[in-house]
Amino acid sequence: MLTYIVRRLLQIIPILLGITIISFAVIHLAPGEPTDFMLQLNPKVDFQARERLNELYGLNKPLYIQYVDWLKKIMRLDFGKSYIDRRPVIDKIKERLPVTILINVLAMALIFSLSIPIGIKSAVGRGSLFDKVTTVLVFLGFAAPSFWIALMLMSFFGVRLGILPVSGIVSLDFENFSSIHKICDIARHLILPVGVAAIGALAGVSRYMRQSMLSAISEDYIRTARAKGLPEHTVIYKHALRNALLPIITILGLSVPGLISGSVILETIFSIPGIGRLMVESVFARDYNVIMASLVIAAFLTLLGNLLADVAYVYADPRIRYGK
Amino acid sequence: MTSVLYEFRTSNFKLLVTKLKLATRKLVNIMKRLINNRLAVFGAGIILFIIFISVFAPFITKYDPTYVNIKDALLGPSFKHPMGTDSLGRDLFSRMVYASRVALSIGLVAVGLAAVIGVILGSIAGYFGGKTDWAIMRFADIMLCFPRFFLILAVVAVIGPSIFNVMLIIGLTSWMGMARLIRAEVLTLKTRDYVAASKALGASHFFIISRHLIPNGISPVLVSFVFGVAGAILTEAGLSFLGLGVQPPDPSWGNILMEGKSVLGVGWWVIMFPGFAILITVLAFNLLGEGLRDALNPRVRGD
Repeated sequence: MLTYIVRRLLQIIPILLGITIISFAVIHLAPGEPTDFMLQLNPKVDFQARERLNELYGLNKPLYIQYVDWLKKIMRLDFGKSYIDRRPVIDKIKERLPVTILINVLAMALIFSLSIPIGIKSAVGRGSLFDKVTTVLVFLGFAAPSFWIALMLMSFFGVRLGILPVSGIVSLDFENFSSIHKICDIARHLILPVGVAAIGALAGVSRYMRQSMLSAISEDYIRTARAKGLPEHTVIYKHALRNALLPIITILGLSVPGLISGSVILETIFSIPGIGRLMVESVFARDYNVIMASLVIAAFLTLLGNLLADVAYVYADPRIRYGK
Repeated sequence: MTSVLYEFRTSNFKLLVTKLKLATRKLVNIMKRLINNRLAVFGAGIILFIIFISVFAPFITKYDPTYVNIKDALLGPSFKHPMGTDSLGRDLFSRMVYASRVALSIGLVAVGLAAVIGVILGSIAGYFGGKTDWAIMRFADIMLCFPRFFLILAVVAVIGPSIFNVMLIIGLTSWMGMARLIRAEVLTLKTRDYVAASKALGASHFFIISRHLIPNGISPVLVSFVFGVAGAILTEAGLSFLGLGVQPPDPSWGNILMEGKSVLGVGWWVIMFPGFAILITVLAFNLLGEGLRDALNPRVRGD
């Protein structure tokens, strides 16, 4: 088991390298120098001043040397300074990342806890009304654009009914709240974003759970269990479920990039200060340092998620450990 | 001399006819199974309807979708404007119809590009194996690590938003799934006898891949293509909603929703109609894709 983890960690290294190469390459496709934006395309700055600025930032060196320099800086978590407010990029990201992670973790917990019972009930009562209704809802959830659902829920719960706040993660007088009130406040603000984030993925995961459960139930050992006379709920919840859950772990790991992607739109709609919205703002402002850093960090988080899912899978499935 | 050429040409012709006959038979079988699936037919019907209205857009709309007419701003649905007007007085129905052109074309072109890249890379990886396979699959793994939207946003930051760029970017970031699918098929198929026979007859690698492996392994890629169009339409809508996709005044469903955001309380039609349009289009492609998947699968488990 430990050797497996070590091997996986070693496999990550070339992928991490690849991530940095692609992030670097994407940004340096831009025509013109990054310093153009710092100089605000000021025509009064003469050619020699530009040359000196380029040399200062090492932009006249060949591309691969620039890449290696950038890589060395990244390893020390120095992502440079933002172009719009001169603050270190790493600080901006540190402020925003926890929010996004919080939303995504809560969304995953919601998906996990809802889709598994739904999937089980659909599989066990195949063809029943519950199954048919949930199938329809699942298809709709797949197809509906998340920002549309967000807008509609926002206008219904936020504007019409006025019970849920629609922007930010804290109210205006947050500082004056007691600790309990603070937690409740954040929770209230998170209900809509987490809910909408979960809807899209919920559809897919519960459908997958249903399929997985169906194929588990049709296995021979279930027939044996029933022949032995075990009560039905033991057969289903103890034996079938354990086997059906295994692919779900992988699916949850694979849904991490989807959730992070979804954050982009949701954070923009709900004005949540997370890393998705940071990305959008930086794109509008052409703040390349922040864009590169966000890309690398987001990809790294995805990698981490996949790794955790893989390790959890190996832990959960004894066949892999003892098989070989 | 001439008689040898004559025989060669007729035998080529007979070969072509036989191939066509076999292909038609396979196709008819698949179509039969597909037609039995009512949901898939429903999906296909909607898609045909949308293709129809996007092709005949100039004939079914009365107003120019970009004609600004402030005094008619934000009117509700009526006989004059079946879907109302937006905040600049443009007829929403015309905008919606022209936006369907954008959605379909972006969906098909972007996923088409992804399919071409994916099939080429995947089949090469599967066929040659070894280091080539390792390199291509690592490349796909790396690309898969990036959250879709982040990568797309980064590229948009660099090359600017436009319809063509959106097609290009979605295509360049969606090929990985199809590459994996075709690689799996190629790995199975390259052990078949006809491949060995081809090699013995001196066929080039290119010939084997393009004439034997790809045509026989294309079915999962086709299913993935249909689902991919659904995803591309959603992605493009999201991008346009953020203002980084199709730029106004060109209409796009996501675009219209972006304007709808600012008239949240007063103009429900600007929000409802494009949202529904996206929902139904994506649903249609999803249904067709599921139906296709079931129809193409030789071992369908009754579900």
